[in-house]
Amino acid sequence: MVAKVYKPCIPLSAIATSSTHGEDSPYFAGWRAYDEDPYDATTNPSGVIQMGLAENQVSFDLLEKYLEEHQEVSKLVNGIGGFRENALFQDYHGLNSFRKAMASFMEEIRGGKVKFDSNRIVLTAGATAANELLSFIIANPGDALLVPTPYYPGFDRDLRWRTGVNIIPVNCNSSNKFQITKQALEEAYAKAKKADLQVKGLLMTNPSNPLGTAMTRPVLEEILNFISSKNMHLISDEIYSGSVFSSEEFISIAEILEESGYADAQRVHIVYSLSKDLGLPGFRVGAIYSYNDAVVTTARRMSSFTLVSSQTQKMLSPMLSDVNFTKNYIKTNRERLKRRYDYVVEKLRECGIECLHGNAGLFCWMNLKPLLEEATTDGELKLWETILKDLKLDISPGSSCHCTEPGWFRVCFANMSIETLDVALSRFTSFMEKRRKT
Amino acid sequence: MGYQSVSENSHLLSRIAAGDGHGENSSYFDGWKAYDSNPFHPVSNPGGVIQMGLAENLLCLDLIKEWIKEHPEASICTEEGLNYFEAVANFQDYHGLPSFRQALARFMGKARGGRVSFNPDSIVMSGGGTGAQETLAFCLADPGDAFLVPTPYYPAFDRDFCWRTGVRLLPINCFSSNNFKLTKAALESAYETARKNNIGVKGVLMTNPSNPLGTTMDRDTLKTLLTFVNQKRIHLVCDEVFSGSVFNQADFLSVCELLDEEPSYDKSLIHIAYSLSKDLGLPGFRVGVIYSYNDTVVKCARRMSSFGLVSSQTQHLLSHMLNDDDFTSKYLAENKRRLHTRHEEFTSGLEKFGINCLPSTAGLFVWMDLRQFLKENTENAELKLWRVIIDDVKLNVSPGSSFRCTEPGWFRVCFANMDDATMHVALKRIGDFADKVKDETTQLQQKKRFNKKLRLSFCRINDGGITQHLMSPHLQSPRSPLVKASH
Repeated sequence: MVAKVYKPCIPLSAIATSSTHGEDSPYFAGWRAYDEDPYDATTNPSGVIQMGLAENQVSFDLLEKYLEEHQEVSKLVNGIGGFRENALFQDYHGLNSFRKAMASFMEEIRGGKVKFDSNRIVLTAGATAANELLSFIIANPGDALLVPTPYYPGFDRDLRWRTGVNIIPVNCNSSNKFQITKQALEEAYAKAKKADLQVKGLLMTNPSNPLGTAMTRPVLEEILNFISSKNMHLISDEIYSGSVFSSEEFISIAEILEESGYADAQRVHIVYSLSKDLGLPGFRVGAIYSYNDAVVTTARRMSSFTLVSSQTQKMLSPMLSDVNFTKNYIKTNRERLKRRYDYVVEKLRECGIECLHGNAGLFCWMNLKPLLEEATTDGELKLWETILKDLKLDISPGSSCHCTEPGWFRVCFANMSIETLDVALSRFTSFMEKRRKT
Repeated sequence: MGYQSVSENSHLLSRIAAGDGHGENSSYFDGWKAYDSNPFHPVSNPGGVIQMGLAENLLCLDLIKEWIKEHPEASICTEEGLNYFEAVANFQDYHGLPSFRQALARFMGKARGGRVSFNPDSIVMSGGGTGAQETLAFCLADPGDAFLVPTPYYPAFDRDFCWRTGVRLLPINCFSSNNFKLTKAALESAYETARKNNIGVKGVLMTNPSNPLGTTMDRDTLKTLLTFVNQKRIHLVCDEVFSGSVFNQADFLSVCELLDEEPSYDKSLIHIAYSLSKDLGLPGFRVGVIYSYNDTVVKCARRMSSFGLVSSQTQHLLSHMLNDDDFTSKYLAENKRRLHTRHEEFTSGLEKFGINCLPSTAGLFVWMDLRQFLKENTENAELKLWRVIIDDVKLNVSPGSSFRCTEPGWFRVCFANMDDATMHVALKRIGDFADKVKDETTQLQQKKRFNKKLRLSFCRINDGGITQHLMSPHLQSPRSPLVKASH
């Protein structure tokens, strides 16, 4: 049959044909390289090791153990009594028990220093959806959000793609360990004004991805003052809050608000998810916690497009409400991540590679500036390609995170076994040794 | 814990947030409110409102429950299934589990009698049918563009297709004179109206089987539609969410079948929206599907699915279930049979009272003709009648005007979301009501209590206010009647 040639169809939408989905970035190109040639200890020992994906696999055994010891959970999910109700439950408020469990878990992570009202929690299918939802709610197409650099590459898609909102970077650099300064905030704001863009909010990630650092109290207070003075919103993405190595070192924006008597709290919205701290990205559990009633109501309505599976809510409720379990989980998870982090940083230091001093997250922020042929983005990408092709390591170049200083790379370490990690580290070691010889 | 009021800061929210595109001000949802505040229960509240405004299928959940009990390995929190836990929990690839896509492709093919074969690689996940519709709108149209939609149509399309996308829905008017069939003239007229108003039409959105009519499109109508979109070079989005709920005819004819038969139709214009919320009765699991014959749309929709992926736990369970051929064959056949029986009982019960429904062969509802009870042939009269049905008859049914029906007096009545006993209670109430009306005694009586409790808010114009409720109303979030009934 001859393929018929049709007259051109009217084009797809501008959103569909744009590249704001962001998948052309090296961040994702690295993932593809891994997909095509994935490392396996036995079947493909020379394959690409995936260090560009911030997943937490170090604490799964704790979750499995819980489920094994609590077979009533499986009865709850699959048993006679609850099945029908659960299968039918599509209320966008989510299961009461689940919202309460999320609030409880978030409180545990913050060491009980803040209280969360479960009625202010809106559930979404992952933090990806939560961030997009908030962007739709607080900004109009053409408006701008300020985002400190370096930032998670996915924000380009989540905040901008379908919403039509712009991102103006708040540039940070290594001179002060990439901390956000008042000057940087003002510069970014002025830049937006000059371009005639209305700035509707600031989105920060605390602890930071990709830096792996928790924000300090003075910086948080500075930011709160800034957004109040400029009459804008503040989104605090705290999805790594349970991955700060030491609980005292994490200060949530919720704490600052509580201490100040919740003045201006209605500007603030917290994003959370179980994808990082609990290592459950597949379950698509995200949450927005907002101090703003109108935002809660609207977010809840919008969550119709992205609800959490009732089956998943039901399974996780008992686990997250079990304070004995969550206390132990959070503590153990922190310890294991810290051990890994210290191990990786030490091994890298031994072969001559330094990292930013971090205290959180599933990755380290590696300084490869000394290895650049030229201190430019091109130079950085050349090095990135070498590392991908020759070392078969997928790490994320700082430029894909909008870092203004070439030479920094995000390296994930919590998404593999210790054996695989050792293989990866040995590849770094060989590489550095070879360089020293030549 | 209360925080500063934001009314003075309302300008701080976007136009999308501040507007009423969420659609919750429709009468469609007012009825749910009445049910929520006084829900029927056979024992504890036999005089309460029976929910007949929610298109859910409860008739075959026992079959699904049985399957789950017999297959503990499909669950990741049972002893038998726990070894899958880590791999499943970690899996966030927006392609979805391959076995899940295959299972969906198989199930969709089966619902079409094996006459259509779906390519698993063209299956994209979404956050329920709700998410599928919105994603397709984002892919196919720009803000200000329009899709044409035959009336009457599912009220939430206004939210799903339009709210955040800025796309418009323009009606293609259908009438009872030909059983609300879609005609070429109506299509052309709607298209022409849009053109005259300088509105760019990007496609047609249709639901087949129809919600609220419960009818399926015949071959000629489908051909007319396909010819139309091909001539105009516009898209066709076909919502086939009730394709597995066709009970009163030999076969369901999907638009996909005609594509295979007729090579002159450009497949790249055709996109199917599906979900497991109706056919399998699993709305809580949020399983939506986009199936497109256009590779670019598949690619784009897949990227967008990051905003509404199906929980991997759910994918895992359902891939086992829907790959079980014996089960799916048995399920689809039994679902048809039970829906047919329920439909027959309900419509014959109505006929005894002199109430007719549009002849239908699919769906979880009937399109009931109450024109004979209208005081006058107007929308206001329909809404007055509806208030009486809610307040006096204590049934939540959905007025045709909320579906943008051109003719007053039609009501959608759901019958698959209750047990037999409740259905008979509902029928009795309708019968009593019909008798009363014939006596012309209390039809226009409006209780004060009703006026206080249920402000008729059939307004599609935003009053400018932002809802200040902390616990947002349960309006668009359906509460299944049996959830309460089991207490």
